[in-house]
Amino acid sequence: MGIEQKAGDLGAVTMRLEQAVNWARTYAMWPMLFGLACCAIEMMAGQAAKHDMSRFGMELMRATPRQSDLMIISGRVTRKMAPVLRLLYDQMPDPKWVVSMGDCASCGGIFNNYAIVQGVDEIMPVDVYVAGCPPRPEALVHGILTLHEKVRGEKIKTWA
Amino acid sequence: MLDQSEFAFNELRHLVTDRAIEGETMLLNMGPQHPSTHGVLRLLLELDGEVVVNCFPDIGFLHTGIEKNMEAKSYEKAAVMTDRLDYLNNLGNNLVYCMAIEKLAELDVPIRAQAIRVILTELQRIASHLVWLGTHTLDLAAISMFWYTFRERELILDINEMVSGQRMMTTYFRPGGLWRDVPVEFEDAVRDFIRIFPKRITEYEAMLNENPIFLERTKGIGVIKPEDAIHWGVTGPMLRASGVDFDLRKVDPYMGYEQYEFDVPTHTDSDTYARYLVRVEEMRQSLRIVEQALDKLPYGPVRSNNRKYVPPPRSELGTSMEAVIHHFKLWTDGFEMPEGSVYAAAESPRGVLGVYLESDGSTKPHRVHWRTPSFDNLQMLPVLAKGHLVADLVALVGTTDFVLGDIDR
Ligand code: SF4
Repeated sequence: MGIEQKAGDLGAVTMRLEQAVNWARTYAMWPMLFGLACCAIEMMAGQAAKHDMSRFGMELMRATPRQSDLMIISGRVTRKMAPVLRLLYDQMPDPKWVVSMGDCASCGGIFNNYAIVQGVDEIMPVDVYVAGCPPRPEALVHGILTLHEKVRGEKIKTWA
Repeated sequence: MLDQSEFAFNELRHLVTDRAIEGETMLLNMGPQHPSTHGVLRLLLELDGEVVVNCFPDIGFLHTGIEKNMEAKSYEKAAVMTDRLDYLNNLGNNLVYCMAIEKLAELDVPIRAQAIRVILTELQRIASHLVWLGTHTLDLAAISMFWYTFRERELILDINEMVSGQRMMTTYFRPGGLWRDVPVEFEDAVRDFIRIFPKRITEYEAMLNENPIFLERTKGIGVIKPEDAIHWGVTGPMLRASGVDFDLRKVDPYMGYEQYEFDVPTHTDSDTYARYLVRVEEMRQSLRIVEQALDKLPYGPVRSNNRKYVPPPRSELGTSMEAVIHHFKLWTDGFEMPEGSVYAAAESPRGVLGVYLESDGSTKPHRVHWRTPSFDNLQMLPVLAKGHLVADLVALVGTTDFVLGDIDR
C-alpha cells in the first residue's frame, strides 16, 4: 500500500525536505505578543482589520516566548528593558527570528542619549530591519515578507 | 553567596507585608512583558490565593530621556520629541508644547490655525479612546471590539496622513501655528468621518452595554471615591467618572474652546463601567466639537507672521533679503526665547497634560518638565487593586488607560 491509497483522490506532491520545512516555517510563524513603545501601536494596526497580517500566517500572537518563533522588537529599547529582552530571546525555542521594527530599535532613532540602547542588535542578532518612525503597517508587512524570503532560502545544513 | 531569587527577595523585603515573609502569601511578577500591562509596566503582586493584597508598579522600562534630550535641541527641533511622549496623543503633546512657547514668547496664533488644531486634537482624542476601547475589551476577552475600533482609527490616521504625510508622529503643530495649511480634501474627509462615526459608536454600545460578561467584569470594580481621586491627583475621564466635573477645556479654555458647545460627561458610579461610559460619551462630544469647528472654519493664514519665530514662506526667499536672513537664522540656530519660565496645560485623552519650560534666553530650553496624566493616574492603581482578584487587576490596568511613554518619558 503506497501513499496513493492513503491520500485517496488528493494526489501526492513531492518536494525536497528542505523546501517543505522552510515552507511550513514561513507560513506558521508565530510572533510574540508584546509591545515596547509607539511602534507597537502600528504593529497592532498591522494585526487589525485593514492590514491583517494573518494573511501571512501570523494571526496567532503568543504572549509567551516558549510558543513563539518571531520576535518583533517594536519600539525603543531602554537600558532597563535590555536584559529583559535578552532573557525573552533566550527563552524562545529554536528556530527563532528577530525583526527590528522602527528606527529606535534599529539604531536608536532620534534618541541618541543615555537611556536608549543604540540599536537592538547590540544585544541580540537581528534578521530584518524595518525603517520608519513608526514604520507603516505596510512597511512591517514588507519586512515580514523579506524575512519569509530569507527563511525560504535557508539550507538544511544551517537549520537550528 | 545569595542566589538570584533570594537577592531579589531581600531587595523587596521592605515593601511587602510580614505574611509574605512567612510564606503565607505569594509574590508574583506581572510584566514587563505581559499582554495586559499595555506596554512595559512591571507589577509586583502580593497574592493571597487569587486576591491581591499588595501591588507595586515598577516603572522606568521605557525611560527615554526625552526631557533631557529636549534640552539639547533648539525649540523647534525639540517639538519632534514631544510626539513620542504619549504616543496615542501625539498632536495633543505638540499642542501643549507649542502653547507653552507661544505663551512665553507672546506669539500669536491665527484663528484658522486654532480651529484646525482643535479639529485635529479632538480627532486624536477619539483615536486614543478607540485604542483604549479596543485593548481594554480585548483584555476582558471581547476580541471583536479590537477589530472594529482599529477599523475606525484608520480613518483618523488617514486624515493625519493627508495633512502631514505621517500617520502618527506628525509634528504638525509648530510654534505660531501649523506646519502648513490643510489640503482641500481635508474637509470632505472629516465630514465623512463625522457621518460614519456616530453609527459606529452605537454599534459598540450595542455590543458592550448589555453584554453580561462585560458588565460582570466591570461593574463595581475599582471604585474611586471623588475625594480620593482629587487627593491622588487623578485627572481626565478617571476623575470625571467619579463625579467631579473638571475639564480644562471648560475650566481654562485654550485654542478657542469657549466658542464650541459641548458637554463634559460625568458619572457617579465611579467604577470601571462608569469610566467606560464616560469615555464613550466623550467620543460623541469630541465629534460635536469637530463638527462645529469645521462649520465655522475661517479662511486665512495658518502661521503667525512674526519673523523672529516663524520662518518666512518659501516664495519670499527669492525676492527678499530679509527673508533669507530670517530663514538662515531660524534653521541654523533657532529662535531665541525671552528669559523666564512658563507652564501650559491642556486636556489630553488621559487628563491634564502640562509642560513647564524654563528658558535662559538662548535658543535651547534650559529645562523641560512634563506633567503627564498617566503618571498621576497610575498612582491610583495600587489603591484600587487591593482586595480585587488578579483577573480584575487586568480590568483596572485597562481602565486606568495609561501610556508607558507618558509615564516614563
Ligand atoms: S521608531 Fe519612532 S515610533 Fe518607533 S518607538 Fe521609536 S520613536 Fe516610537
